Amino acid sequence: MNFREMVRISWKSLLSNKMRSLLTMLGVIIGVAAVIVMISISAGTEATISESISGLGTNLVFIMGNISRAGPGAGFQGMQGGLVYDDMTAIGDRINGVAGVTVEQQTSVTVKAGNTTLESITILGATPDYPTVRDVSVSKGRFYNEQELDRASKVVVLGSGVAEELFGEDDPIGQSIYASNVKLTVIGVLAEKGLVSGTDFDQQIYTPITVVFKKFTPSMFARMTGDRVRQIIVSVDPDADMDKVIEQITLLLANRHEVSLDALDFTMLTQSDIIETQESTTSSFRVLLAWVAGVSLIVGGIGIMNIMLVSVTERTREIGLRQAVGATPGDIQTQFLTEAMMLSLMGGLIGVIVGVLGGILFGALSDMRTVIEAYSIILSFTSAALIGIAFGYLPARRAAQLDPIESLRHE
Amino acid sequence: MIKEATKIIETIQISKVYGTEAYPIRALNGISLTIQKGEFIAIMGPSGSGKSTLLNILACLDRPTDGRYLLAGEDVSHYDRNQLANIRSRQLGFIFQSYNLLPRLTALENVMLPMIYYRDNPLTLAEREEKAAHALEGVGLENRMTHYPNQLSGGQQQRVAVARALINDPILILADEPTGNLDTKSSREILELLGQLHERGRTIVLVTHEADIAHYTQRILLIRDGLLASDRRNGKRTNGGSEKPRKTGKARTA
Ligand SMILES: Nc1ncnc2c1ncn2[C@@H]1O[C@H](COP(=O)(O)OP(=O)(O)OP(=O)(O)O)[C@@H](O)[C@H]1O
Ligand SMILES: [Mg+2]
Repeated sequence: MNFREMVRISWKSLLSNKMRSLLTMLGVIIGVAAVIVMISISAGTEATISESISGLGTNLVFIMGNISRAGPGAGFQGMQGGLVYDDMTAIGDRINGVAGVTVEQQTSVTVKAGNTTLESITILGATPDYPTVRDVSVSKGRFYNEQELDRASKVVVLGSGVAEELFGEDDPIGQSIYASNVKLTVIGVLAEKGLVSGTDFDQQIYTPITVVFKKFTPSMFARMTGDRVRQIIVSVDPDADMDKVIEQITLLLANRHEVSLDALDFTMLTQSDIIETQESTTSSFRVLLAWVAGVSLIVGGIGIMNIMLVSVTERTREIGLRQAVGATPGDIQTQFLTEAMMLSLMGGLIGVIVGVLGGILFGALSDMRTVIEAYSIILSFTSAALIGIAFGYLPARRAAQLDPIESLRHE
Repeated sequence: MIKEATKIIETIQISKVYGTEAYPIRALNGISLTIQKGEFIAIMGPSGSGKSTLLNILACLDRPTDGRYLLAGEDVSHYDRNQLANIRSRQLGFIFQSYNLLPRLTALENVMLPMIYYRDNPLTLAEREEKAAHALEGVGLENRMTHYPNQLSGGQQQRVAVARALINDPILILADEPTGNLDTKSSREILELLGQLHERGRTIVLVTHEADIAHYTQRILLIRDGLLASDRRNGKRTNGGSEKPRKTGKARTA
């Protein structure tokens, strides 16, 4: 018996019980579709994350103070640890290859303009380098300058969302707003940037950091901590050697803080470090999804096995008859294996269609992004085929081992 | 050499034991018989005497527990399942009491079924269809080729089964109570059909309860308690079917 005949026989017998065939395929359809949809969701999430990481700015180095870590015998100074505002100025002045450097200090305020009040708006204090480092641009007016920073001028740049909510169609430039009763003059509006890594740039307002120190953080605290900042963000010139810049900054800060190189009171993180961390979390997410999908495929395979076993019992007489007219155990085994394969391949095919449509639909209807990956289609389809063989084997073997006489006597 | 060729079946003390060692059921107790080419033989005996057991062994559907079975000179007693399947495919045709047509296949497809399992069959699909159609014509069902078994009468189904048994041109046709499920008229038609096959030189062994039916044959083997109780000629010689059985209907062309 040749392959074509085998396929013809199997096809006929699958067609002769369409409902059973469909139900058998259902498990595989769901499994394959699940693999494709889940991979599309995880790929979509990864794409979103990597875009938002690159959206943080360009070529960034984040320097964070380890306030809690005290060096041995470091005393009160060591316990204070961390970064101060002047560290930033020093980095900007003394390190080569730095395109921009900024600090961020933020707090939450209530913003008023005319009759409009907005609760819990983040006021972000930074430096004039902020637009360069964070990769934002000004759409109206201008950003604050060095002079305004030094003098702690009470000027403010609005995020596009805030500007829209406070002033609507009116031109906000030159108008005054009150941030927790501090009067600020609007000098600019940022272009829309949207949500990046959980921060909505459009819903913040931006002032010189000196204003934040003076007006919005308690002066007691400021005095004690000496204009302490949480993190300094350095934008490295794309042409400069990143490693060299990092080394220089490390030396400079260690020197300024009077700590040894093996007991630094700050941590540096580059954008690629962050990307790596994100990748490792998304890849464990992907592994988890792969497991879930794999389990559902196996469940589909068990479904095939169950129904094939039932089918073997139901068709015992047929098996006996086929043997009586000359089918060898191998012929019978091949027939049932072919049926299982065809079921899983057809189930796989339908599953691919359902999965691709499902992934696209899911992306369109939910706020999660989905990206259909070619490898997910190949992977799930081949697993479906392999599962057909693996789970079709036991029923096929059972069919092949049936004794012709007993089978023919079977009711 | 010639004598060897005319002896289709030779069994030497074949026995069949079912059940466990502690409680053996001896279905056959040592049967030796010889069947020549062209014979038309009835196996008779009371229920449970071992007729079906014997026929199944002759049909290579089962193996004897003991003894030797030579089919066309070939000792098949110890063949494995694959070898037996090949023998069934190439040398034997079997007719069942309950027809055993596959319900999802048409009459034509049912007749074609054994050709699928005939190894290295040189015939193309079209040639097979033609051959099966010809076989159905031979049993008078040229107008029922695309009918499914449930659209055929019992007699018609059994004629499809006869066509199926013949399709690979076997050297021996075995039938276990082929008329057991049929009324008198259909039974007679089937027996006439077998009679015609016998006339054309086929070797046929059938199992039956009824003396009536045995009368169509030339030789009657009586089995009792797993033993050959008698072997009697039906008043005729057993040399290859030049004579007509007692009741012959109008001949069909095959
Ligand atoms: N698979 C089996 N297992 C155990 N015993 C069996 C088996 N098949 C047949 N037998 C026994 O072997 C004996 C012969 O059975 P067999 O079917 O050959 O009888 P038979 O002559 O064909 O009877 P009937 O005319 O009723 O068909 C019986 O006693 C039966 O119970
Ligand atoms: Mg019987």
